[in-house]
Amino acid sequence: MTEIKHHLTDELLMSYAAGNLPEAFNLVVATHISLCDECRARLGAFEALGGSVIDQVEGCAVSDECLTATLRLIEDGPTEEIRPQVTRQGILPAPLVDYIGGSLDDVKWRSLGMGVKQAILPTSKEASVRLLHIPGGTAMPDHGHNGMELTLVLQGAFQDDGDRFGPGDIEIADEALEHTPVAEPGQDCICLAATDAKLKFNAFLPKLAQPFFRI
Amino acid sequence: MTIAAQPLEKTDAAFRGSPYDLATQVKGRLHRDDVRVVKTSEAMWVNAVERIRDEKDQEAFAALFRHFAPRVKAFLMKSGASPSLAEECTQEVMATLWHKAHMFDPARAGVATWIYTIARNRKIDALRKQRRPEPEDLPWGPEPEPDQADVMVLQQESEKLGEALAQLPQKQRELVEQAYFGDLSHSEIAAATGLPLGTIKSRIRLALERLRHELM
Repeated sequence: MTEIKHHLTDELLMSYAAGNLPEAFNLVVATHISLCDECRARLGAFEALGGSVIDQVEGCAVSDECLTATLRLIEDGPTEEIRPQVTRQGILPAPLVDYIGGSLDDVKWRSLGMGVKQAILPTSKEASVRLLHIPGGTAMPDHGHNGMELTLVLQGAFQDDGDRFGPGDIEIADEALEHTPVAEPGQDCICLAATDAKLKFNAFLPKLAQPFFRI
Repeated sequence: MTIAAQPLEKTDAAFRGSPYDLATQVKGRLHRDDVRVVKTSEAMWVNAVERIRDEKDQEAFAALFRHFAPRVKAFLMKSGASPSLAEECTQEVMATLWHKAHMFDPARAGVATWIYTIARNRKIDALRKQRRPEPEDLPWGPEPEPDQADVMVLQQESEKLGEALAQLPQKQRELVEQAYFGDLSHSEIAAATGLPLGTIKSRIRLALERLRHELM
């Protein structure tokens, strides 16, 4: 794999470690960390900080029966359902395979025109996440954001404002950025993109199409 | 008798004099003078988890419970759980600790960190009613016999991090706590990320690299 140059921010890693991100963002973060040891180590540091926070927080008294009840719970055995171990499928890291429910062949693509396809993955509604398939050399529709957008490259590469994003790289765009990612010529670009608000398309037509495609 | 985090000296008499007694003297909030005590306690917590794993040791579990259950409950309540839901979830978190003791790897995380991640996942599940996408497991599980030097260095780094947090000016420390309790917006969190995490980060990265190297 090529070296990852664009990483997660401290804010995102801390929010993920704290468990406070929308599910759609969690999926992008978990997928990037599956590909990036650097960010996995940084996440470890933020989880260690969480450990220090919980160790130093002033405790809340627990009732008399709590320990006994816990020991009874333990005797009942593990309650957690055992999920089948999901493994990486080609370019798709395990968390993504889990959300797709299979490999790239199982993705239910919908056309957005110009050869661009998307598949929205099921998450909680605070934010949305989709797989995007962009033919090599094709531009994504010109868009800005109302909120934050995370775009993680899984295959191919795209250029945006002079920056190159290859496999494993993550682009973090906020309201200030109006951008036009263009897939590099050659291999089709497949990305995982999450937004916490609807994208604002600048061209007239995509704006009309927005309600239909849930972009 | 009520099990309270503070003052911990009030835990039952039968418990006093046990190998875990020292931990009961750790105060809810860390101060400079407590650092020596904490150092000893981290190694002891690791030992307690190992005794649960190897011997299903209920005394070791009770010691962990007395220290961590009130803190897990506080974390869940500060994250928005009612007292009864927080207590129910705390029991589940502590039971998970028992059942997953074999998954704990002291070369990769401290006991408080491990318990924290279990509590956080319970929070997402029970409070936020969401699935939690987890990063891919590394292709190796916990090592059967982790390198003791690795374990010790990680413990020292965890302690240094704890000291750094305890010694922050109160306002900044509260900001960090709020970030973990979910009280901060994304832009506010930026202000809470300025902690010196460098050494623990490089320690964890080193451990990952070494393990990956051993695997290949």
